Amino acid sequence: MRIGVALIAGAMAFSMSAHADTKFVKEDGLVSYMITDSMAINKSLTGAAGDAANGRKLAINRKKGNCLACHVMPIAEQQFHGETAPSLYGVATRLSEGELRMQIVNAKVTNEDTMMPSFYRTTGYNRPDKKFIGKTILSAQEVEDVVAYLMTLDKDE
Amino acid sequence: MRNIMYAAVGLMMTTATAMAAGTPYHEGSATIIEPTDERNPLAEVVSGIDFRKSMIREMQEDEFSNPGMIVVDYGAEIWEQVDGTAGKSLSDVWESCAGMDAATAAVSYPRYHDGAGKVISLEQQINYCRETAMGAEPYKWEKADMLGMTAFIRYQGNGEAINVSIDGPAAATYERGKELYYQRVGQLDMSCAHCHEDNYGNYIRADMLSQGHINGFPTYRVKWNGVGSTHRRFRGCNGNIRATKLAYGHEDYVALELYLAWRGNGLTVETPAVRQ
Repeated sequence: MRIGVALIAGAMAFSMSAHADTKFVKEDGLVSYMITDSMAINKSLTGAAGDAANGRKLAINRKKGNCLACHVMPIAEQQFHGETAPSLYGVATRLSEGELRMQIVNAKVTNEDTMMPSFYRTTGYNRPDKKFIGKTILSAQEVEDVVAYLMTLDKDE
Repeated sequence: MRNIMYAAVGLMMTTATAMAAGTPYHEGSATIIEPTDERNPLAEVVSGIDFRKSMIREMQEDEFSNPGMIVVDYGAEIWEQVDGTAGKSLSDVWESCAGMDAATAAVSYPRYHDGAGKVISLEQQINYCRETAMGAEPYKWEKADMLGMTAFIRYQGNGEAINVSIDGPAAATYERGKELYYQRVGQLDMSCAHCHEDNYGNYIRADMLSQGHINGFPTYRVKWNGVGSTHRRFRGCNGNIRATKLAYGHEDYVALELYLAWRGNGLTVETPAVRQ
C-alpha cells in the first residue's frame, strides 16, 4: 500500500514531519496536507466543512468531479452511471472521511495503477493540455464538498 | 478494505450486465478471434462494432444506409483523376509507387516503406506517391480528398484480415507505439490501456468501451456528422483526457496507429465503419 508514495515522490515535495508516521505534501500554489500512516488525510484542506449538496452536483458535473463516469452512485435522476470502478453505494461505511479525502486528492498514493484521476495535484503529468497546466481538477473547497457528499453515502444499493 | 472493495465490484458487475444488454459482445454473438501474435496482450480480439447497439450496427452493415459510402464513392472518382505534372492518376502509379495493390495496402498500413525510409500511414503513402510519382501537391490531412482516397483504398480490402508488420525496420516504431499506449497522459492521467485493455465492455458513463481497434477507419461518426481519420480520433481522445493534441501525421500518432493496427491483426477491414 505504501509503494505509491515513493513513486510519486519525484513529482512532489515530500518531507518527513515531526511525527514519523505521517508524510507532508506541498505543491506550489496548493494547500499542503499530511498523509497519515493509514493513508488518510484527516484534516479538511480548507479548514471549513464541505457542502454535501454542492458535492453531489460536482459528482455529476462532467467537467468537475464526474464521479458518474466510472462509479455507480445513488443519483437516480442521472441515466448513465459508469462501471469501470467500484460502486459508491455505502462507501461511507467502508472508508473514513480521511481515507475518502485521500482518494479524491490523489488515489495513486494507495494504488499506483488506478485509472482514477488525482483531483488535487498539479505536478507529474505527461503532456497536459496547456489550459490545465498548474491547475487542479477540483479546488480545495470542492474536494471538501465531494468528501462531505460521499460521507452521506451510508446505504448499500 | 480490499475484500469489501471486491464485494463492491461484484455488485457493480451485476449492474453492468443489466445495462449492457443489446451489444453482441454481451449477448455472446460477437465475432471473437484469437490474437495472431503471441506478443499481443489481448486474450480475445473483438472489433469495435461488436460493442455497439443495433442501430449503429445496422447503419454500418447496410451499404445503402452507411453514410460513409459517399466518401468512398468520392475516393473512387479521384483515384482515377489525372493530377500533377506527370499527367497521371493515383490509379496509374499506385502499384509501382507503393509496391502493392490497393486491396493489399488496405490491410498493411502503417507500414515501413523503403522510399520514405520510415513507417508511414496510408495518408503519408498517398502523398508520397502524389509528390514523387505524379508531380502533384500533397493532400491536406482530414480534408475531403485525403479522406476520400484513404476510405476508397481501405474499402478495396473490406472484409480482408488486417495484417500489419511490426518486425524488421518497423520494430522501433512498434516499440514507440507500445510505449505511448501504456503512458499516462493529460490532466486526467490515463493511458489507452486503462480504458481499452483493462475495461473494454464496461460503460464509462453513457459509452461502452471497446478494445480501441482501428479496423474501421476512416470511420463515419454521428458526432462528427462525417468521416474522420484515426488521427482525428486520437486527437479527440487526447482532448477528453486533457492532454496536448498532436498534429495530424505526427510520428507518435503514426507509431500509435501501427501499434493499434497490430493489436487488431486478424480483424477484418470494416471501412467505412459507423460509430455514434
